[in-house]
Amino acid sequence: MDSFQDTVFKLKQYWASRGAIIQEPYDLEVGAGTMAPETFLRVLGPKPYKVAYVQPSRRPADGRYGENPNRLYKHQQLQVILKPTPDDVLDQYLGSLRAIGIDLRKHDIKFEEDNWEAPTLGAWGVGWQVMLDGLEITQFTYFQQCGGMDLDLVPAELTYGLERIVAFLQNVESVYDIEWAPGFKYRDVRLADEEQFSVYNFEMADVDRLWLLFGEHEKECAGLLARFKPENRRFPVLAAYDQVLKCSHLFNLLDARGAISVTERVGVIGRVRKLAVGVAEAWAAQQAEAVA
Amino acid sequence: MPYFLLEIGVEEVPDWMIEPALADLRARWQAAFGAFECDALITDATPRRLVLLAKNLAEQAPDVESVVQGPYLSAGKQAAEGFARKWNTSINALATSQDTKGERYIFHQLVKGQTAKEALAAKLPEVIRGIAWPKSMYWTGKGGVRFIRPIRWIAALLEAETVPFEVAGVRSGNTTRGHRILGSKDPLPISVANYLEVLRANFVIVHAEERKRRIEERLGPGVQKDDDLLKTLIYLTEYPTAIRGSFDPSYLELPREILSTVMRHHQRYFSVLQERGSLAPEFVAVTNTDGDPDGLIRQGNERVLRARFNDARFFWQVDQQKKLSERVPDLAKVTFQAKLGSYKDKTERVVRLAVQIDPNFPPAAGLLAKCDLTTDMVKEFPELQGIVGGLYAKAQGENEAVWQAIYDQYKPVGMDDTIPRTIEGQVLSLADKLDTLRECFRVGMVPTGSRDPFALRRAAQGVVKILFEGNVSFKLKEEPALQSFLLERIQFYLRDTRGYAYDEVNAAIAPALGTLPDLAERAEAVHHVRSTSDFEPLAASFKRIKNILKQAGVDLAAQPDPNLLSPGPEKQLYNELGRVRSEMDTKSTYSEKLIAISSLRAHVDLFFDKILVNDPDPAIRRNRLALLHGLLTEFSTIADFSEIVTQGVGDKT
Repeated sequence: MDSFQDTVFKLKQYWASRGAIIQEPYDLEVGAGTMAPETFLRVLGPKPYKVAYVQPSRRPADGRYGENPNRLYKHQQLQVILKPTPDDVLDQYLGSLRAIGIDLRKHDIKFEEDNWEAPTLGAWGVGWQVMLDGLEITQFTYFQQCGGMDLDLVPAELTYGLERIVAFLQNVESVYDIEWAPGFKYRDVRLADEEQFSVYNFEMADVDRLWLLFGEHEKECAGLLARFKPENRRFPVLAAYDQVLKCSHLFNLLDARGAISVTERVGVIGRVRKLAVGVAEAWAAQQAEAVA
Repeated sequence: MPYFLLEIGVEEVPDWMIEPALADLRARWQAAFGAFECDALITDATPRRLVLLAKNLAEQAPDVESVVQGPYLSAGKQAAEGFARKWNTSINALATSQDTKGERYIFHQLVKGQTAKEALAAKLPEVIRGIAWPKSMYWTGKGGVRFIRPIRWIAALLEAETVPFEVAGVRSGNTTRGHRILGSKDPLPISVANYLEVLRANFVIVHAEERKRRIEERLGPGVQKDDDLLKTLIYLTEYPTAIRGSFDPSYLELPREILSTVMRHHQRYFSVLQERGSLAPEFVAVTNTDGDPDGLIRQGNERVLRARFNDARFFWQVDQQKKLSERVPDLAKVTFQAKLGSYKDKTERVVRLAVQIDPNFPPAAGLLAKCDLTTDMVKEFPELQGIVGGLYAKAQGENEAVWQAIYDQYKPVGMDDTIPRTIEGQVLSLADKLDTLRECFRVGMVPTGSRDPFALRRAAQGVVKILFEGNVSFKLKEEPALQSFLLERIQFYLRDTRGYAYDEVNAAIAPALGTLPDLAERAEAVHHVRSTSDFEPLAASFKRIKNILKQAGVDLAAQPDPNLLSPGPEKQLYNELGRVRSEMDTKSTYSEKLIAISSLRAHVDLFFDKILVNDPDPAIRRNRLALLHGLLTEFSTIADFSEIVTQGVGDKT
């Protein structure tokens, strides 16, 4: 039986052998692999790109103090971006399942419609949730827009839910019973995070200070964007995007704390979106300038 | 004559879009290739292929003769010779025709009909690209072809020949592909004759009907009928197999509604019933496989269901820790609509309105109605809103009137759904929907054309259906824009659900709306009486009277003076009015009353035959108009006869 890390290695190996760059996770808090700049910014513009990385994804409101066997504050996604999408993308994807030991002839695979939309990123796409014996194991999306812009090359985004897939492969009922490495369970590696961050996210995060931080990161981002010049190849668009990610995570924390009222909510989402779209446009302009 | 086969190979198409897309493909085929006759046009589909077969397709479109206009004879011989040369003929062979400017040469050109192969190759790309989808995508790059999902292959065979064309970079050919997992890895060469068999051997059943039968035959005993789910599964599979799994009976302690929703909506499983109709601890899943020899698929599905049920049990337990009544303040944090505030505001309005509609309405039902929106269960299963609230209210000791009202508050969900079972549920649903309508209309969020983002038409339909079919006595008196919006739904309901004709509905609505059950009775009376021989002629006379009165335009408040009536038809009509008036008082149903009114027909006809309304004496004239005015107003309170569309009678004034 493969451990959690064996399965991750095999998936990375599989995509590496198909020409993908294997990146490490982005080193800021993100809600999903899509938000890492390796996806959000790289899908923009006309340059082909292929990348795969594991992205720990934090969703403060989904925390359950480590008590629910299937729900996590932080789960691991394996994110693959293929830009442009190869014609045999679905066969390649099915090959990755075989690579991690799933005998597809003995299982039931279905592609069920599931479209994706992230209003805070001005992004959307169409695709499927991939169901394996009734379990959703992957989200497959053809990106259409990002940062409010039509994409030049349509990338395929494959997001594997690693905990689910490995719990399936190891035939365990709780993610905490997954064998992460020989002699170490998921529980040993991650339970403390779930417990402590649930307490922090739901009970102890200082709401006033979070709002203050949100405002400061927003100002930093807006300030940078105001000074953006496309012809400056070294202008720190990436640094501006880090500020967007900070704002997005703070928004999620405030949301988990129940600190965002009805009237505020739409407005706050709009503020993050404005920054994200600003960064995406700046990145696209900078890339275009570099090509010209 | 040849058969033509088209197979568009696509990545998995959303199940619910497939049948409309096939209908659209047929329509586009007819528009493009109508000139080519065929014996039968068949369409079918799986998730990965849209298929069209034209049997015995004409190989050539009929020739068409067209007339080419040439020069006028007056233009001289040279012009005529030039024209003849151009069409490779001689002047003698040309015909002539006359128009306003003189006589001119014409040439009858015979346009050869296109061959089927030429026409198909030329127009199929446009036909395929033109198929309408609710939400399409591009994949070949910005500005590229849009389709529901990427097109990966196209087979186009006119008997043995490939019809050559290209769509989105895919060239048509003579191969297909089998089942993603079970079929051959390589493209499979096909002919029109062996297409179905090649695919069957590669685990694809092309006919949706056959997949349906295959599923039905394998469902096994006790499976709860569910046609919508069946249809979904037909279009989610190419080679369906049904497998039966089980779950721990202890989960049956959870409400059936929750278990069924998890199975049906989240896992697409059929529920299984015990003999007495309660849920059995079993389910049936439909897979896209040839079977499940090792039981792995069953085990996997059982495991997923167990996790889902555990979640539901967990939500139920956690939600019970905070009663619905303690959640009322939390509604301030749930948005109803950005411009319209929170569900707390809405709750307060709905309670007020419900009590206004029916003073006996229990306010608790309104107060608690939306509290389930704050529960984990509804956050997880949004489609169970209302139902979860009702179940929780019941578990928390609210009385039956209250929990049933909460449970039913979203009914009717569509025109085919039933209305809430209890009067309290009807009042709550009515107040909720009417409040949504009033608020949206107040801030100008009104449906336009096909855009109706707040589903206000459905809300209005619900209001109308409850008022027609329920026991709530309430008269709709809304702001003009909303009132006419509701009126459209009322007319629609009477026509579509009750089956009355357009003009019957208008006739019943014209006098006054009243309560909707009363309106329905009056429409029924009009419909019933319409077939009697006197009715339509009388309706025509009423229309005539209306026109006369309109033209006369005098003040007609006065009663006719019996002393001014001439003996004969005029006096008789006056007396008849009195007789009908008292006869109507003795009748209890609208139909009987309308039949009594219809008996005036002969007297009205005679009056118009013999009496000149426009008498030279102004006093007599005014008296006659007063007589007619009385007739019209007094006998139009049940229905306005003049709204009835009549044929061949009346309309002459």
